[in-house]
Amino acid sequence: MLRLKNVDVHYGKVHAVRRASLHVRPGEVVALIGGNGAGKTTLLTTISGLVRPSGGEVLFMDAPITRSAPERIVRAGLSHVPEGRHVFKPMSVEDNLLLGSYSRYSMQTRPRVQEDLEDVFALFPVLGERRSQAAGTLSGGEQQMLAIGRALMSRPAMLLLDEPSMGLAPQVVRDIFKLIVRLKAERGLTVLLVEQNARAALKIADRGYVLETGRIVLQGPADELLENRDVQRAYLGRDLDREE
Amino acid sequence: MDLGSLLQYLITGVTVGATYGLTGLGFTIIFNTTGIINFAQGEFVMLGGMLGVAAHAAGVPLPLAVLLAVAAATLAGALMERTFIRPVAKASAVNLIIITIGASILIRGVVMLIFGKDTFALPHFSGMEPIRFLGAAMLPQSLWVLGITLLLLLGLKSFFSRTMWGRGMLACSYDPKAAALMGINVSRMAMASFMISAAVGAAGGVILAPITLTAYDVGILLGLKGFAACILGGLGNPFGAAAGGIILGVLESFGAGLLSSAYKDAITFVILLLLLFVRPTGLFGKGSGERV
Repeated sequence: MLRLKNVDVHYGKVHAVRRASLHVRPGEVVALIGGNGAGKTTLLTTISGLVRPSGGEVLFMDAPITRSAPERIVRAGLSHVPEGRHVFKPMSVEDNLLLGSYSRYSMQTRPRVQEDLEDVFALFPVLGERRSQAAGTLSGGEQQMLAIGRALMSRPAMLLLDEPSMGLAPQVVRDIFKLIVRLKAERGLTVLLVEQNARAALKIADRGYVLETGRIVLQGPADELLENRDVQRAYLGRDLDREE
Repeated sequence: MDLGSLLQYLITGVTVGATYGLTGLGFTIIFNTTGIINFAQGEFVMLGGMLGVAAHAAGVPLPLAVLLAVAAATLAGALMERTFIRPVAKASAVNLIIITIGASILIRGVVMLIFGKDTFALPHFSGMEPIRFLGAAMLPQSLWVLGITLLLLLGLKSFFSRTMWGRGMLACSYDPKAAALMGINVSRMAMASFMISAAVGAAGGVILAPITLTAYDVGILLGLKGFAACILGGLGNPFGAAAGGIILGVLESFGAGLLSSAYKDAITFVILLLLLFVRPTGLFGKGSGERV
């Protein structure tokens, strides 16, 4: 469904992503893990068109989107939930969600957008209770739900999720991850998940990639990565020397 | 001081204030979409009046001349965004604001070269026979000014709160990055905001031109007063800007009537300064309620 071939990204002279290649099959949840500054967010913003790659190719559903504008990529069915949630704080919860449908909104789709709105409220009842409240007054977890709900309003075939667990309480993080599993099972949604919380991400993912200083250094089925000694040492906080 | 004169000051004040309000509204629309304070806003108001006069002098019937003036100014707004703002879109807000000051000087200069430095008058829309009541007189044009202002205000209000386009424009100001991810073409929205502001400003200019006359340089003062109006109402709040304009117009008119008309323009700026010292969020502005 999504395929990156030898993608390079530069910020001025900084080579943020080096020849990264990865793919995500339809219906898969793929985790992209790595430390701070490894280039995970850069890679996602490159896919969604906010950043232009300096080399390589990005294909979505077999069509090149390497240099497409963000609005065309959303229309193609790829929706990005940005790091830090980026909800429209002064606007109401409902307006935030409606803006999520901007790319497909017209007189004809209006009734369907209303249905989708109710769908999102069914998925996140707390958003329904606060539909007319300003988004900025929601808690962090609620804002994350709003950001995900907003992305779903474009009826995406695939979701890019950037650090959904950032700054949230453990119970809320569990809820968010459960939701990802549910979206995959119930709607067949394809997800590329970027996380610093490597364990939680790999537990729900089918496959994973490990990004280190802009390079993909490891890849494989999620359960194998969870067992991998290098991954355990670097990202899961296990001190192997002491155990031996 | 009799009731008639007081009422007279009020009518004059509200009429002129409505134009300040429309100018302030123009500031608000561009600021809300792009974060830029467009100091060429007054020139849009001037363009409305001057182009209306020019079209009418060329033999175009008055209603058509008014519409033509607004349409031409809207085009000027689009042109300004494309030529001055878009190429340097990544510059800081302060630089962009200075560019708008440059653009205002350019527009004023071009208009002066074409039409000269004379003062022009546009005919009143529906006669000059004043309506008299309670010892005061009101020009029919005042009713036009108030009616059109109200209409524009209500139209914009529902545009921003009810239409997807309006919401999208607001979204651009709150978070341009997230707006782009929603599929909103942020730079096209910036151009649209310049066009709407220019249209609103020019409408204000052309409806006021029969009462106050117009010339190539009326935009300077009108622009500054419109800016004061939107600071008074709280920057970013469209209704605040309109109300701020009317409050300013009324205070000015009473000041001119009760003290001396020499202080008319000073009053606005004294209020602006006081407000910036005491309550920089404006009368209707409020601290944004958000969790960090």
